[in-house]
Amino acid sequence: MERRTIFSGWLLPVLLVLPQLALTIVFFLWPAGQAMWSSTTLTDPFGLRSRFVGLANFRHLFADPLYVATIWRTVEFCAAVSTLAIAAGMVLAIAADREIRFRGLYRVLLIWPYAIAPAIAAILWILLLHPQIGLIGRWLNSIGIPWDYQLNGPEAMLVVVLASSWKQVSYNFIFFLAGLQSIPKAVMEAARMDGAKGFFRFRTVTLPLLMPTVFFLLVVNLVYAAFDTFGTIWAMTSGGPGKSTETLVIKVYRDGIVNQDIGSSSAQSVVLMGGIILLTILQFRFLGRRSGGQ
Amino acid sequence: MHRRTLLTGAGALAVAPAVVPAARAQGAKTKIVFWHAMGGANGDQINRITQQFNASQNTVELQSIFKGSYPDTMNAGIAAWRAGQAPHIVQVFDVGTGSMLAAGPAVKQAWQLVKDTGVKIDFGAYIPSVKAYYSLADGRLPSMPFNSSTPVMWYNKDAFEAAGLDPEKPPATWQEVVSMARTLKDKWASKSQDRMAVTTSWFTWIQLENFSAEHNLPFASEDDGYKGLGAVLEINNAGQVKQMQRLLDMAKEGTFKYGGRDALPDPLFFTDKAAISFGSSAGRGDIVRNAKFKFGVAELPYDPTIIKAPNNTIVGGASLWTMTAPHRTEAEYKAVAEFYRFLGTPEQDALWAENTGYVPVTFAGFKFAEKGGYYTKNPGADMASKSLVRGHLTVNSKGLRLGRLPEIRNIIYEEIEKALQGQQNAKQAMDNAVKRGNVVLRGFQRSVQG
Repeated sequence: MERRTIFSGWLLPVLLVLPQLALTIVFFLWPAGQAMWSSTTLTDPFGLRSRFVGLANFRHLFADPLYVATIWRTVEFCAAVSTLAIAAGMVLAIAADREIRFRGLYRVLLIWPYAIAPAIAAILWILLLHPQIGLIGRWLNSIGIPWDYQLNGPEAMLVVVLASSWKQVSYNFIFFLAGLQSIPKAVMEAARMDGAKGFFRFRTVTLPLLMPTVFFLLVVNLVYAAFDTFGTIWAMTSGGPGKSTETLVIKVYRDGIVNQDIGSSSAQSVVLMGGIILLTILQFRFLGRRSGGQ
Repeated sequence: MHRRTLLTGAGALAVAPAVVPAARAQGAKTKIVFWHAMGGANGDQINRITQQFNASQNTVELQSIFKGSYPDTMNAGIAAWRAGQAPHIVQVFDVGTGSMLAAGPAVKQAWQLVKDTGVKIDFGAYIPSVKAYYSLADGRLPSMPFNSSTPVMWYNKDAFEAAGLDPEKPPATWQEVVSMARTLKDKWASKSQDRMAVTTSWFTWIQLENFSAEHNLPFASEDDGYKGLGAVLEINNAGQVKQMQRLLDMAKEGTFKYGGRDALPDPLFFTDKAAISFGSSAGRGDIVRNAKFKFGVAELPYDPTIIKAPNNTIVGGASLWTMTAPHRTEAEYKAVAEFYRFLGTPEQDALWAENTGYVPVTFAGFKFAEKGGYYTKNPGADMASKSLVRGHLTVNSKGLRLGRLPEIRNIIYEEIEKALQGQQNAKQAMDNAVKRGNVVLRGFQRSVQG
């Protein structure tokens, strides 16, 4: 039985909704509308001459094999970062959920990286992996493994994936820990009594009960990898060498902010917005159904 | 004692009302705002200039505001103009010049400013190669040259000695660079895995843009873009391809090491890892502060099979643009012009150069620094200025006037990086760079002619 409060009249409800509505309009609808409008124009940075060109900017984009390659690269990057961050977060959460000494301390330490600014995270990883000044980078070269992510595309990709997922592990860790703690003790004890052990118990009992968390994190991580990794990538490689670490956001920034190509950059933002809308719909459909079923 | 304090207190109170009109009179000073991109030590110098300018006269009050990186500062200026809130002066980096020239009513070009305000600024006092970079095709100056640097070759004298080379004889030609690099590699760099014979900062600016200028090779058609928006890139010609192939070959034999884009490789030199490095003259401060070895500086080498006597190098850095806004008064423009005049005085020009590593932009400024003994106390600090007046100033050594040049540089970096990974040779890299760069140029042309 649902309970609803019904307001009489319309003034109060409108007043109550207004602040949120205003925020949404000013900070979301208005800029998004502007982006959609400029994605259909050819304009100089100062906005002196603006010409409507229809979908020409989008046509140029998708006719450019380099842009299509960047889309695929972004998909691969997001998949790698999400998988790595979720897997690492889950393993750490399971480890920290057990009865071990200094459990609280471990938990605090594991949450730390989340508080680190992307650019600082990038610097930390540069200090580890740089071929000339990095601890690990130098060591690799000294034992005869040629390592130079500034000139080797796959290595550069590995470096930005590592740095980006490291930053997200903490976030996943918190959610998995909460997820594990919300699994009823009785269920686990019953499983134990039935003789389910180790990985088998994890696979058949823990994991299914964690699935809503996994799915939620998958969406959040994909969005994180697609957008919030800008600072890390920009500081580490700026998209190079070649285009091997250029993701869609890097390209939007470079075309819009550095190169002042407003039309194309807006078109790219609209494409990205489409991606995000798609992800959100997926999240609502699947996550909504799962939590509804619980 | 106690009573006296009371009395002064009362006196202060009595004086207070009289102070207010004075403060108001001060408020009537013409206020102008200057947005710049100079952080750190260079930012401190901007603050010094601001204080000295404000103290030097009592009609104008200048306020200088740091707006972040060059692109950030330029974007802030553009956004502010669109909102009708533009600062009076904005510092725009060299490669943003093309976009600013297309800004039409958003800016008041320097020659126009001088004409409108009647403030006397002698454009002839500026060093030709500095002035030429920012000039219009007919020689008029749209912006005021400010912080300017040029590429030089830094070399590690200790490394030269260790390799049995004469530390007072840096390579003058690229052929010498190649052979000395082999010696340096065998006798010095091979002693440690971190060391390299040769590296370069600002790969595109130094090894392509300046290489073309020195050797009188066109970088783009239409006189490197100065004559019109229809320019196409010409960097896939024999001269430039030869230079790229040379660097690729050196990388292959282990005498050249690519250290990343823009200024990223700078530390490789001053941390004693590279025997020879090409970099901006403005990097001098870092090198002096950090290098624990004897170092030397020389002009960029040249290739005698391409040109007998090399030309001047081109400047990098930024210039000052005057922006417009609704209701901006004649008095404000006049104040801006007065500030430009102040910056161009020999004393200020020299002080700026001595404290930052940029070059003086006027002849008189250079003379002032020379007379003050700066160059005898800092041997080699005049190398950049010398390099700017070397040979002949030709249509190929004025600079580049191409829209969206940052993107073109980025494309060149990408193609070179692919070539360094062995995915293509120099000719293919330059052909691809030209093809992709021309698409960018046409995009810019469409957007400003539309």
